[in-house]
Amino acid sequence: MNRVYLDYNATTPVEPRVLDAMLPYFSAEFANASSIHTPGQHARAAVETAREQVAALIGAHPQEIVFTSGGTESDNHAIFGVAQPCLAGRISPAQLAQPHIITTTIEHEAVLNACQAVEKQAVSVTYLPVDREGLADPESVRLAIRPETVLITIMQANNELGTVQPLEEIGRFAKEYKVYFHTDAVQSAGKIPIDVNRLNTHLLSLSGHKLYAPKGVGALYVRGGTRLRQLLYGGHHQRGFRPGTENVAGIVGLGKAAEIARNSLAGEAKQVSTLRDKLEQGLLERVPQIRVNGGLAPRTPNTSNIMFAGIEGEALVIALDLKGLACSVGAACSSGAVEPSHVLTAIGLSQEQAKSSLRFSLGRHTTACEIDIALDVIPAAVAQLRALSPTYRKETASHV
Amino acid sequence: MNATTQFETLPTREPTQSGLVAIAMSGGVDSSTVAAVLQEQGQPIVGLTMQLWNQRRLPELQGAGPQQHRCCSLDDVYDARRVAQHLNFPHYVVNFEEQFEQRVVRPFVDQYLAGRTPIACTNCNTDVKFEPLLRMARQIGAERLATGHYARIRKNEQTSRWELLRARDESKDQSYFLWGLSQEQLSRSVFPLGELTKEEVRVLARRTNLPVAEKPESMELCFVPTGNYVQFIQAYSKDAGISLPHGEGEIVTEHGTVVGHHNGVHNFTIGQRKGLGFAAGKPLYVLSIDPQENRVVVGDDDSLRKTSFEVRGMNWVSIEQPPGPVRVAAKIRHKHEPAAATVHAIDATKAQVTFDAPQRAIAPGQGAVFYDGDRVLGGAWIR
Repeated sequence: MNRVYLDYNATTPVEPRVLDAMLPYFSAEFANASSIHTPGQHARAAVETAREQVAALIGAHPQEIVFTSGGTESDNHAIFGVAQPCLAGRISPAQLAQPHIITTTIEHEAVLNACQAVEKQAVSVTYLPVDREGLADPESVRLAIRPETVLITIMQANNELGTVQPLEEIGRFAKEYKVYFHTDAVQSAGKIPIDVNRLNTHLLSLSGHKLYAPKGVGALYVRGGTRLRQLLYGGHHQRGFRPGTENVAGIVGLGKAAEIARNSLAGEAKQVSTLRDKLEQGLLERVPQIRVNGGLAPRTPNTSNIMFAGIEGEALVIALDLKGLACSVGAACSSGAVEPSHVLTAIGLSQEQAKSSLRFSLGRHTTACEIDIALDVIPAAVAQLRALSPTYRKETASHV
Repeated sequence: MNATTQFETLPTREPTQSGLVAIAMSGGVDSSTVAAVLQEQGQPIVGLTMQLWNQRRLPELQGAGPQQHRCCSLDDVYDARRVAQHLNFPHYVVNFEEQFEQRVVRPFVDQYLAGRTPIACTNCNTDVKFEPLLRMARQIGAERLATGHYARIRKNEQTSRWELLRARDESKDQSYFLWGLSQEQLSRSVFPLGELTKEEVRVLARRTNLPVAEKPESMELCFVPTGNYVQFIQAYSKDAGISLPHGEGEIVTEHGTVVGHHNGVHNFTIGQRKGLGFAAGKPLYVLSIDPQENRVVVGDDDSLRKTSFEVRGMNWVSIEQPPGPVRVAAKIRHKHEPAAATVHAIDATKAQVTFDAPQRAIAPGQGAVFYDGDRVLGGAWIR
């Protein structure tokens, strides 16, 4: 079966050039980057080159890049790393107001669940709502800032909708009020230009596998001078910020992927968005009763989230997979079953509407031919599902 | 005949139809063997495992250690997936937690609290497996749904009705739980194990090296991991904000004499003998439960036997609704030996059932299933 993969926001294939760059570090150049000897120095050099490459992608200094195991660790490090010293500084709960964090309701679970965890440790958290397109309002961020606010953490691009938040304005407020500002840029890196200085961000999370590097490697940008407690305890690797023997091959892969992304970003964004628009236009023409979620907001060029009235998204994803098209729905729970997406309900969709929405995410290797196949397969599958839907008929009358 | 040749000459209940068949896979040996059998017949298959209940929701019920291997657990999802990988066919986990709670768990608890003896598996079959799951199977392109039930289906060409029959292996027969299926549901169901014994199923599972071939059977209700209903009902009621019936009440005889006290009617089921909390000269049994009066009525074995009862929610399966009284063998709980009775339909959904000889513990909430030999004529809920 010829498979069409439209789930690049879930993960990307490792780029062949990235893999080539990594391979020597599994065998010939296997040494520990912390070792004194020459083989160790080779590994160290490779890690530092990667640090420069990652820094260049986001306009940072190399020494501001900490390599991690991925986006989840980076997000946890940012949130716990800021919140815990604040908690430790309090003599008694009565003496100082609770440290305060501002975030949104549509963050990735890595941020949301970390925020919920610090809430249990007496940090207060404001979860700002977003509008129907999935955008946070910078003015409401400003109004939420309190004297005890220690961190604003707002993602750059949403994983489900692709909507890009107005981070520059939010960053200006963060700077003005002297509040640390973290952004999860896992879904935006490599898709849109990022400059940590324009964003005024202190902390920024990156993940390798969304960027054509392997899974299990990521980075956290930490602006020089930021007070951040380490998450893990161990050796003195990475200035003590992140102990643990460096994943040299993974780090080399992330560096190479960042370099490729930086060089190809502009052209690739144009190519991918053309295909994404072709997919959306084609579906809008061929399938009645559909709506693009977050379609009016600025979006990453590759993501399209579409609500198909009256269908069960879970069934549609399976039906499409059986026809060779890979896409996604909602959030996978531990068994692999699907739960309604918190992002879609946060932009005002009903549970029913959230369950009938699918995400198609394109990538570097998506072709026009694949979009043609998708435009063939999706309308047919939707029609088949709707014919059996208990809810479709009554919904046709209502406005979508 | 040894089991290997049995497999090679598997009875073809009907000629293998082309087209995709979905298999409801619990991760147990039965539904896993269904996959192996259908695949052996050259049938294109897709596995669906339902996520029905989140065991973590009621953490106080989590048994320690090996107790946790239950239906609906992540281990079972993992087993189902491993079987699909082993046999190499597509498999998906689908989320029916909401439907399961609405249609199975909540009614189970409500009925229990109303002093009845509910039977969740029947609801699960009628309202979850053969309803939303079957619909999902059809939506993904499978016209039929196969399950690991021990029962048989055949089309009666004279009446053009789909008939439901007992399994060939009487000790495993599950037709008692399937009386709620409509003709449409039956026409789209496949029970490949209906002609096999449990031992034959094990042999097949071993022969195809299924990773679950030696997995023990689950005997308990899948969402009650401890097997302790009372504990479950208390924990669920707390979680769902249902107020439990006010605590202590009276245990009385049929004549109203108070013979003891109880600590909540939901602790009792009809026919229960143990745990009444007082010593009596002769064995006493729970005859009925009255949640309104917060009373449990007890009596001796003779009082527990009744001849006649009413049923609701009648579903005629292998025959159309008969115009007059029908002679049947009626089964009033899973382990009940069917007994001769007459069913008088009152209307399309109600009927009066009269046994030839009194039967013990006819419990409201249980299913009454009416057989003619192996055929399930119909079934209904005991009122």
